[in-house]
Amino acid sequence: MKTVEEIKAAIEAAVPGAGVEIVPNPSVSGQHSLRLDPATARAVGKFLHDDTELALDFLSNVTGVDWPDKEIAEKVKVTRTVTKTVDGVEQSVEETVDETRKRVEPGCLEAVYHLYSVTRKHGPVVLRMRTVNRTGQVSLPSLTPVWRSAEFQEREVFDLFGIVFEGHPDLRRLLMWDAFTDHPMRRDYVEPDDFDYEPTAHDEVLARAQAHKDAAGQGTEAGQ
Amino acid sequence: MAVDEGLKIELGKQGVLVTSLQELYNWGRRNSIWPMQFGLACCAIEMIATTMARYDLARFGAEVFRPSPRQADMMIISGTVTKKMAPQVVRLYNQMAEPKYVIAMGACAISGGPFKQGYNVLKGIDRYIPVDVHIPGCPPRPEALLDAFITLQKKIDGQHLTGEGRPRHLDAEAQGEFPVPVQGEHDLEPASNPGVWTVPVVIR
Repeated sequence: MKTVEEIKAAIEAAVPGAGVEIVPNPSVSGQHSLRLDPATARAVGKFLHDDTELALDFLSNVTGVDWPDKEIAEKVKVTRTVTKTVDGVEQSVEETVDETRKRVEPGCLEAVYHLYSVTRKHGPVVLRMRTVNRTGQVSLPSLTPVWRSAEFQEREVFDLFGIVFEGHPDLRRLLMWDAFTDHPMRRDYVEPDDFDYEPTAHDEVLARAQAHKDAAGQGTEAGQ
Repeated sequence: MAVDEGLKIELGKQGVLVTSLQELYNWGRRNSIWPMQFGLACCAIEMIATTMARYDLARFGAEVFRPSPRQADMMIISGTVTKKMAPQVVRLYNQMAEPKYVIAMGACAISGGPFKQGYNVLKGIDRYIPVDVHIPGCPPRPEALLDAFITLQKKIDGQHLTGEGRPRHLDAEAQGEFPVPVQGEHDLEPASNPGVWTVPVVIR
């Protein structure tokens, strides 16, 4: 099979303006993936499916990844003017101070597709797509028109991660019920607080049970 | 009116059968419990095995699995009750005719099992409907289900037709229908039926 670099070159030759980025995988398996630009992803998918040399006709897996907002602390040297009293005389002095600056790197949601070729007997080719952010702009193009087997798996990703797939024929929740509003596989998901009866609580469950007791204003020991 | 056991045997030897209406009634009830034909997860495979020739649930009069709640006497909750499925299970139980009994089979049905701390599994069906026999195990062996079934038969046999603790269908005041939980935005509402289940007290 072609290497990711060769696939990237083939895609860029076939689909003009396709912004394909290689995401290296440092592990032994070396399954590098290709991050697609959502704007051209459907055209790229169609090329990968129809190309005689690649012939990626089998979509085995669709999953999601949640990248939460990341707070990065950086130490920066800052020069500033300070008023100081030196030898009884007030004067302005320049001094350099270490300052810790925090910036928030916005998170996103990512959909991952694993492709194989049954006719060519090769694979996998891993595709990734990222949304703009995790809250408002969470739509990605659906690849169901290219690979029909993506239909239920994209519904599952929509259900558990909340990625809205544009162009999906029937985008409803798959596992949870329709009235459910959360996305349980997101990192910031909070489970319902039904830790009222935990007879063998330990570790995290013990803490949750304790918190439940405290909130309810009952006894002190968990499970009592 | 109780008949002396020794006298009963003596009369039996002479070809005279002495019994009470209660005994006869309970004998009939306990030997023709028709289970409802439905399974929820892997415990259902063990339940199917129990009905097959090797374990043969038919020996106890329960071979007729009915695919309709209207014709069933017993519900075997065989497997994981997800929060998506729980309202349907309660609704099916409500649709069964009295007298009706419930066996909660396996770790998931009695407590949520390995999925207890998850977001999508009910922590035991006894939060919504009254359970007569709980069977632990993951999954319980067919022998365990047979044992639970015999336990249920003993329970039915011991029920008095009048007075305190009589079966629900003979008690005009008894509540036979249980509220079906609503699938809310985050969880089932309510999280349990307080008329059926209260937080058990753990004594350490």
